[in-house]
Amino acid sequence: MAEPLLELRGLSTHYVSAGGARVTRAVDDVSLTLERGRTLGIVGESGSGKSTLALSIMRLLPPAARAVGGEIRFEGEDLLRKSAVEMRRIRGKRIAMILQDPMASLNPLFTIGDQVAESLRVHEGASRPTAWTRARGLLEAVRISAPAARMTEFPHQMSGGMRQRIVGAIAVACEPRLLIADEPTTSLDLTIQAQYLSLLRDLQRQHDLAMIFITHNLGIVAKMCDAVAVMYAGRVVEAGPIRQIFNKPAHPYTRALLESVPRLTDDTHARLPAIEGQPPDPSAPPAGCAFHPRCPVVLERCREQAPPSVTVAAGQTARCWLHMP
Amino acid sequence: MSDVLLRARDLRKHFPVRRGLLSRASALVVRAVDGVSFDILPGQTLGVVGESGCGKTTTAKLVLCLETPTDGSVEFEGRPLGDLDAAGIRGYRRAVQAVFQDPYASLNPRMRVGAIIAEPLVTHEALDRGTVDKRVKELLDFVGLPARAATLFPHEFSGGQRQRIAIARALSLSPKLIVLDEPVSALDVSIRAQILNLLTDLQQQLGVSYLFIAHDLAAVAHMSHTIAVMYLGKIVEIGPAAAVAKSPQHPYTQALFAAALPSHPDEAREDIVLPGEVPSPLAPPSGCHFHPRCARALPRCTTQAPALRPHGDRRVACHLYDPA
Amino acid sequence: MNASTAVVVAEVPRPSARRLSSFPAVPVAILVFMVLLALGADVLAPHNPEVGSLGMRFRPPAWQAGGSTTYLLGTDHLGRDVLSRLLFGARVSLVVGFTAVIVAGILGVTLGIVAGYLGGWVDEVIMRLTDTWLALPALTFAIFLAAVMGPSEMNIVIVLAAVYWTRYARVIRGEVLSLKEREFVRLAVIAGCSRLTIMRRHILPNVMNSAVVLATLMLGVVIVTEAALSFLGVGVPPPKPAWGLMLADGKRGLMAGYWWLTVLPGLCIMFLVLAANLLGDWLRVKLDPQLRQL
Repeated sequence: MAEPLLELRGLSTHYVSAGGARVTRAVDDVSLTLERGRTLGIVGESGSGKSTLALSIMRLLPPAARAVGGEIRFEGEDLLRKSAVEMRRIRGKRIAMILQDPMASLNPLFTIGDQVAESLRVHEGASRPTAWTRARGLLEAVRISAPAARMTEFPHQMSGGMRQRIVGAIAVACEPRLLIADEPTTSLDLTIQAQYLSLLRDLQRQHDLAMIFITHNLGIVAKMCDAVAVMYAGRVVEAGPIRQIFNKPAHPYTRALLESVPRLTDDTHARLPAIEGQPPDPSAPPAGCAFHPRCPVVLERCREQAPPSVTVAAGQTARCWLHMP
Repeated sequence: MSDVLLRARDLRKHFPVRRGLLSRASALVVRAVDGVSFDILPGQTLGVVGESGCGKTTTAKLVLCLETPTDGSVEFEGRPLGDLDAAGIRGYRRAVQAVFQDPYASLNPRMRVGAIIAEPLVTHEALDRGTVDKRVKELLDFVGLPARAATLFPHEFSGGQRQRIAIARALSLSPKLIVLDEPVSALDVSIRAQILNLLTDLQQQLGVSYLFIAHDLAAVAHMSHTIAVMYLGKIVEIGPAAAVAKSPQHPYTQALFAAALPSHPDEAREDIVLPGEVPSPLAPPSGCHFHPRCARALPRCTTQAPALRPHGDRRVACHLYDPA
Repeated sequence: MNASTAVVVAEVPRPSARRLSSFPAVPVAILVFMVLLALGADVLAPHNPEVGSLGMRFRPPAWQAGGSTTYLLGTDHLGRDVLSRLLFGARVSLVVGFTAVIVAGILGVTLGIVAGYLGGWVDEVIMRLTDTWLALPALTFAIFLAAVMGPSEMNIVIVLAAVYWTRYARVIRGEVLSLKEREFVRLAVIAGCSRLTIMRRHILPNVMNSAVVLATLMLGVVIVTEAALSFLGVGVPPPKPAWGLMLADGKRGLMAGYWWLTVLPGLCIMFLVLAANLLGDWLRVKLDPQLRQL
């Protein structure tokens, strides 16, 4: 079988603060794979480490963070061993990223055209006229109306949905192999989100693009992803193909999460099965399995030892003592 | 059900847009709320859904008496708000409270939780310390927080706990109606169910009504007895929650519910992708505001705005259902 | 599973040990030291600061030729002990400085809150007043007021407060404008609180941080202004010692080489203002990053 496009092996990222006194294991021993052209969803709440994971892959961590271990194998090469110059060549060209707030992603002082063309000029050395023409084509590809006119306009003149599409255009400009999207639709209206997700799917098909969707929203994962990894307190507690996870979640957290979300198909007004307690503070997670204070089926072992990741079904792994012999 | 608790009749709120230094009366007006009518019954929840610019937040402000309507009226227990004097408004505030979206901005960071919860109470009644403390303890108990929370400050609590504090405060005067504006959107997914359950329990125990505004359609459908769908200042469809959610009639409602994310990968949902953007409330399209994006628009829709008319178990504002 | 043993070099060089938000020990020490000196002036000062012996005029500090340990820092043109005058002068500078800053603060913060929260014509009036006031050159205005009101410590405090309240009013008003859109203020309105209650209970405590930072930054300005006023003869009346006054008196000795009469009070002013400013800067970053535009 062909080598996966992206493979994380035991990746860990720690934040060091208070002069070395406090270590937050934002990402702890994460292993994932992603094949070409497929979509992986990374689901987690605040403090789960999902955004730090995305930044770790891009090697865009803030100064307080250190990637302390593991490998990030992208197209066969370990990104953690790349120099800063090499990473700059990879970012935007082979791996692209889009963020939640499109207004913050666009520079208010430059025209749309300049910003879309920038990627082409930096990575492919395209001349200004060539880049400009291709930028216009990109705006068309992301279904912006009247693209020629938009090229000379500024971000503040665009609506939220349009800005997010422009950000998408910048991201795919150099035909990357992998697109990481961190909560790209959280700030968008429902119908705009639907447009945008449909656009992303088309782009993916046209460019054989692999995507990682980072989100707290199980609905996005259900709609867009082939596989999902559920993160809790910095660890991947469950991962596998999408239908398997939704039909037969192995980890109590995944199961409880799926049950607690209100569904349109439900009987209204019935009480939702809720998860007790709150998500843990990433700098001081509970001992043993981080989910144990909230787990409805907690065992004594869970309080003391953190479970390793085991295979519970074909392609599905979970970190839970319930599945250990 | 007996008397209507709150009735909005043809409510309008227009904001003039001033151009230039000389504030001449300009033709530009933002019709944030443009002829909205609904009833809220005691002990029931009216859910309002819609996208940016639909007017749901302004409607909430009108119900809360934070803005005065340009036209139309809000009647509470039969009496129009416009008729109330200062004392009357104070009385109204006892009965109508609110919980907002951001739990981090809803509590004064410099006040202790006990004082925050007690504020509506001490503003309206002169009670002694002991009675107030007792009530605060009672309210904390209602929302599932320990009594000692009263002496702590907001920053010592998580988002979900802060929202419980906000709910406790809203309950302090035993209101008849609580306006909930996106009460769980800013909370972690695993906490949302807790808070929604709390709200449901409180409604059952205390008989309080809710005006529930949210963009999460499933949450709204779950909590509401009636759903109103708003688009550019008007209600396009209003009816029983389960019916509207399962079989929406207005093309916009259909698109909206189709856009709602599935709860399972195999959940079949008709993929309706609306073209274009949500128009700006400054320049809404003529006739039916939705017609430029509607796949089933009739020639009539460009010129004539449809009225909200009864159709089966609900009311819809759409020419497709208008025999005339 | 985790076979990799590669330990990766840090993404960026280690952040330096001395970080921006470490406690400003030096400025605080200077301020505390000066306060203690001022408080203990009665006990610490070896001589009467207001009366000198004419036979001991222009004595240099003890470490210079001609100096003696009786007058550790030398004497001025009237034979008064410089050290004693510096100690008592600290009192004047600190008292006048702190009082003026607090009075200006009370006035400015109140007007800022009222203007920001009530808006409308109240805001217009107060802001136009502030603008006009700000347009007047502070020092000139202070001189004018001082000349009109006559010299005395109390009057100087009033003058300084009257000049500097505007700095508070503007900044606080800006904060109030954004504060009043916050949900907890809206909820107070919904709860039925009166506007006065809201301003007192919700707005005021939440602008105190900024007010305190402003006060520390103003302290330096106020002390320098007081010194300038004294220097120009419209400040604290002689023979009461004030650092600015000492500077003024001392300038006549500069040409003759009596450097200690100007350099020493100048250094005192400098250190006090520097400490106040450094403390204010640290407080500003520590308490409220929104104030960075100051």
